Amino acid sequence: MTTFKLDITKDHCPMTFVKTKLKLAQLQKGDILEVLLTRGEPLDNVPKSAMEQGFEVIKIENVNDNVYQVSIQK
Amino acid sequence: MSMETTKKKKMSIICFSGDFDKLVAAFTLATGAAAVNYEVNLFFTFWGLNAVKKKKNRRFTGKGFLARFFGFLMGGLHNVPLSRLNFSGLSPKLMTFLMRKRNVATLPELIQAAILLNVKFYACEMSMHILGLTKNDFIPEIREVLGVAKFLEYSEGGDRIFI
Repeated sequence: MTTFKLDITKDHCPMTFVKTKLKLAQLQKGDILEVLLTRGEPLDNVPKSAMEQGFEVIKIENVNDNVYQVSIQK
Repeated sequence: MSMETTKKKKMSIICFSGDFDKLVAAFTLATGAAAVNYEVNLFFTFWGLNAVKKKKNRRFTGKGFLARFFGFLMGGLHNVPLSRLNFSGLSPKLMTFLMRKRNVATLPELIQAAILLNVKFYACEMSMHILGLTKNDFIPEIREVLGVAKFLEYSEGGDRIFI
């Protein structure tokens, strides 16, 4: 089990969840992806799209005012 | 990629307009839907075919003098115009510059993402016939050249959008 990181704080729809999906596709089952993203559209959609693909969102933490880290397990 | 037990949701977009802004809309929808696990079909027809030509600049492609001349006028992905305020092709370049500056995916980036997400590309047989184009004139991601019957079959049971 390995932990990977992805920073999409500078991206916008649809690349926020497109990049997350493409990164998740490279992971092995059990691996964790920590996604750094901003509040609003990315925070609403990235966890939702991960769950829709059958992955587990294990943690969402506030890093600083506008930035969150979402941990997704494949 | 992932195991599915339920049937996938589906979205099929007819890319008729070869306008820069409308192609951005079509590819944004396509990549966004594919990223949330939709099966996505893109059907390129008429002006839309310009976006998926192998040669991305103005070239005399096609069969016969008129078709070749028209092919030159239509151009490829690098020549797609903005639907308004095109200013002889200057605006799409300015728009791409702005998109880069604001960290929004550009049209080529969206197309690349669509390919990586396994969005399925198809081309319209009838408009290719008019323009004297063959499957060989298009990027290899075009899976099939087809007509209305196949389009109906492939898009059956999903959303159908015309852009």
